[in-house]
Amino acid sequence: MLRLVFRRLGLGAITVGLVSLIIFAGVEILPGDACTAFLEREAQGKLLENCRNDLGLNRPAHARYLEWASGALRGDLGLSANGHKPIAELVGYRLRNTLLLAFCSMLAGIPLALFLGVVAALWRDRLPDLAISTVAIAAMTIPEFVSATILILVFSIWLGWIPGIVLTPADASIADFFPAVLLPVMVLTFVMTAHILRTVRSSVIEAMASDYAQMAALKGVPYWRIVFRHVLPNALLPAINVVALTIAWLLGGVVVIETVFNYPGLGRMMIDSISDRDLPVTQAIALIIASVYVGVNLAADLLTMIANPRLRTLHMRKG
Amino acid sequence: MMKGAETNDPIIRVSELSVGFTSRAGHTIPVLRDVDLAVFSGQSIGLVGESGSGKSTLALAMLGYMKRGLRLIRGEARFAGSDMFAMTGRELEAIRGGRLALIPQNSGQSLTPSLRVGAQLSEALELHTALAESEREARIVRLLEQVRLPDPAEIARRYPHELSGGQQQRVAIAMALAAEPEALILDEPTTGLDVTTQAHILELLRDLASKAGMAMVYVSHDLGAIARVCDRVVVMYAGEVVLEGWAREVLRDPAHPYARGLLASIPKLKDPRLPTALEGRPPAPGQAGRGCAFVARCAIAADKCRITRPELVLLPSGARVRCHFPERVGDLPLCSTGAYAVREMAQDVILSLGDLSITYARTGLLDQVLGRKPVMTPTVEGISIELARGETLGLVGESGSGKSTILKTVAGLMKPAGGRIELAGSGPLPPLVENRRPDQLRRIQLIFQNPDESLNPRQTIAEIIAQPLKLYFGMAGEALRQRTEELLESVRLGVHYMERLPSQLSGGEKQRVAIARAFAAQPDLVLCDEVTSALDVSVQAAVLDLLDRLRRNRNTTYVFVSHDLAVVRALSDRVAVLYQGRLCEIGPAAAVYSAPSHPYTQVLLGAVLEPGPGPAPPQAAADVVELSPPATGCAFQRRCPKRIGPLCDSDAPPWRSGADGHSIRCHIPWQEL
Repeated sequence: MLRLVFRRLGLGAITVGLVSLIIFAGVEILPGDACTAFLEREAQGKLLENCRNDLGLNRPAHARYLEWASGALRGDLGLSANGHKPIAELVGYRLRNTLLLAFCSMLAGIPLALFLGVVAALWRDRLPDLAISTVAIAAMTIPEFVSATILILVFSIWLGWIPGIVLTPADASIADFFPAVLLPVMVLTFVMTAHILRTVRSSVIEAMASDYAQMAALKGVPYWRIVFRHVLPNALLPAINVVALTIAWLLGGVVVIETVFNYPGLGRMMIDSISDRDLPVTQAIALIIASVYVGVNLAADLLTMIANPRLRTLHMRKG
Repeated sequence: MMKGAETNDPIIRVSELSVGFTSRAGHTIPVLRDVDLAVFSGQSIGLVGESGSGKSTLALAMLGYMKRGLRLIRGEARFAGSDMFAMTGRELEAIRGGRLALIPQNSGQSLTPSLRVGAQLSEALELHTALAESEREARIVRLLEQVRLPDPAEIARRYPHELSGGQQQRVAIAMALAAEPEALILDEPTTGLDVTTQAHILELLRDLASKAGMAMVYVSHDLGAIARVCDRVVVMYAGEVVLEGWAREVLRDPAHPYARGLLASIPKLKDPRLPTALEGRPPAPGQAGRGCAFVARCAIAADKCRITRPELVLLPSGARVRCHFPERVGDLPLCSTGAYAVREMAQDVILSLGDLSITYARTGLLDQVLGRKPVMTPTVEGISIELARGETLGLVGESGSGKSTILKTVAGLMKPAGGRIELAGSGPLPPLVENRRPDQLRRIQLIFQNPDESLNPRQTIAEIIAQPLKLYFGMAGEALRQRTEELLESVRLGVHYMERLPSQLSGGEKQRVAIARAFAAQPDLVLCDEVTSALDVSVQAAVLDLLDRLRRNRNTTYVFVSHDLAVVRALSDRVAVLYQGRLCEIGPAAAVYSAPSHPYTQVLLGAVLEPGPGPAPPQAAADVVELSPPATGCAFQRRCPKRIGPLCDSDAPPWRSGADGHSIRCHIPWQEL
């Protein structure tokens, strides 16, 4: 078991390493570099040469990669091309803001998804299930910007309760983001709940049809006790991994939502950095998102292992 | 303590019960039809029939339970006077697991995986007894002791997956007994267990039932187990009760053609002949027609049987039978009608195993972290056997005896730790499949236990059988098609099966396809790994007959592995008995199955239950499945009922030879065995 944990950790580290290589290579293959982007039309001759010298861009690629990667390991992501500010500092607040968005969505979405998923499974093929499942499919198919626009229309324009756009600066305190953060949270919750609840529904249905659930009923265990004691602990294990995927998606894939609401998070920063051709910042954000992805999935695997007696006791008795 | 016995009313009464489902076309399809049944306190009743006969559905209906999709059409299932189907949820909860308990078929899957065994037992006590939480623990230990589990306190702390199949079954029994029920429903409780484990569990159940005056409803396809446990037997066919009577009569001289056919299709330990197959298969639900459901397979069917459905009639013997002509049933045979001839063996050796040993290196994860050396336990050791061309060798032993492991090694799926495998004409075989030449591969074919898993579900039957033909003989086009047809016909499947998929075939038909595929390679040696274990007895008899015909026509050599000793007897010329991966005895089938034989063989044979109630079988001294063989001495020392002393622990027993190549490995001299 311990060995398994170490192996997973090792594999995660290797994945992040490979991703960093791919990010770096991808940026390297693109025509132009930070200097051509920064100098724009003046990018020629002496000026370009000086800029490249300043940024160290004329050194061989592998040397630059090693410097970038070892810097990233120490938390130093380099300087941005625009304004030469430390990227770590720029990214810091943005990451916090995106985490705020993700955290609020999880806080609302996970319990909601578990509740609705279990309800849909227990009332399978009846009205509650049909209603929940239909809305869930709608939530998964309607593009986020459409649902976002509808929410803005309803809550900001018709009702006028919540501002439709976030004007708070990136480095404001968390309290300043309320209530503006609520609309993007609602959109994210909507989509994420749909994904998780469908997994929860199918695994609860499967567990309710299992031999052990039948046996519990035939041993005289009351219905709700079967559900909570025998079925849910086994049925919710597969949900852990879906929750992890959703969290990873929340942190990395909120680009559209942040753009629609003008929310100062990591996703919008990435869009901005790409349109500004600020390649060091793009690289750094891509690396952060990849690390979060790997980290969250790793955490989910470990959690599954701890929650599942089969895996937990693997080392104790064999066969 | 005869609870409920003060009145003479049955504890369980099923009357006019019909259960069914609604087909896609909107018709009501019955699965149980007009079932009438009564079980009295202290009585045990057996429900038998082929798969799909409705016996499990009936058992669950007695608990007021129907699987999803099934519904009550009419009738009732009363427990202690009240109808289970008319009760409220709360009333059902009080009875189920309390006064009426179930021992499920597959206890491994019926125990909740996330709860410790103790917690599940404690739940049963909490729901159905007045015991305080502090008293429950002691009670759990006593319950686990009662089902003879070693170290009950430790077992209670384990999760279900940490127990062996036999242990899980015992836990399920302990759970059913927790509230001292008045009646027990047992749904195939010993299916899948070793004969020795089964014998112990059945004795335990008999004992408990007679002490506590419990009523038992015992569902099984195994007539031997039924004979051991039950007073009365109910035979089910196509959702109907076709025969009900005292076990002695039903199992010795049944008054229904189906029950007779079933008995004749069971291989018997004392009968070296192949059993007679009961041809055909039962009608699918809803397809039974207006007349007798059994008419299509019945040898004495008349016009009347096709037109009117027979009623259950009471015979002078007290049995009830659903047949128009019970007086004619007595003419039908009860046992095999085949002739038995000792087969002459050729003298040339086709396969020789020389001092074969096989090792599983199993290391726990903790051991790996700590860098501990794995303990190399030889699973199979010192196997030397020679097989003559055309001979069939049966391999028998409990699970874990290494019989399947030997097959896999001969087939090249596992690498032996030592020894050699020699195939006449091909020399010593490379240990693994990937190193063997195509013609070496062709000559050895393996047939698996479960055709569901060994046939590719996406290939048609024609494609499945054509594969070895293309691979080994480069056949194509018309020749390939013709050969495929011939092979299908040789396993008695028509040409119309060619385009079907495995999922459209019954279990027996699938196994025939697997056999056709093996024979497509024109093998010299066919390895059969429990090939009939997943089949109903009537289908099993047909497959055995097929295997027998094929080997006679082609002079093929078989190694036949089965946990069912009677099946092995029916097909084998020679039998080898394995214990813990070591040979105990080998010899001609007739000699091994008659005295004198090795003490382990005697235990194995004694644990086999046959229809026809007899005295209690002798049992092994220690009722445990050993995990590893002892370091020195005889492998069977710990369980041997004839142990003579320290000699058995210290010295490996010598081989003692009798007539006809019959050898026994034991310290006890031949004459005294």
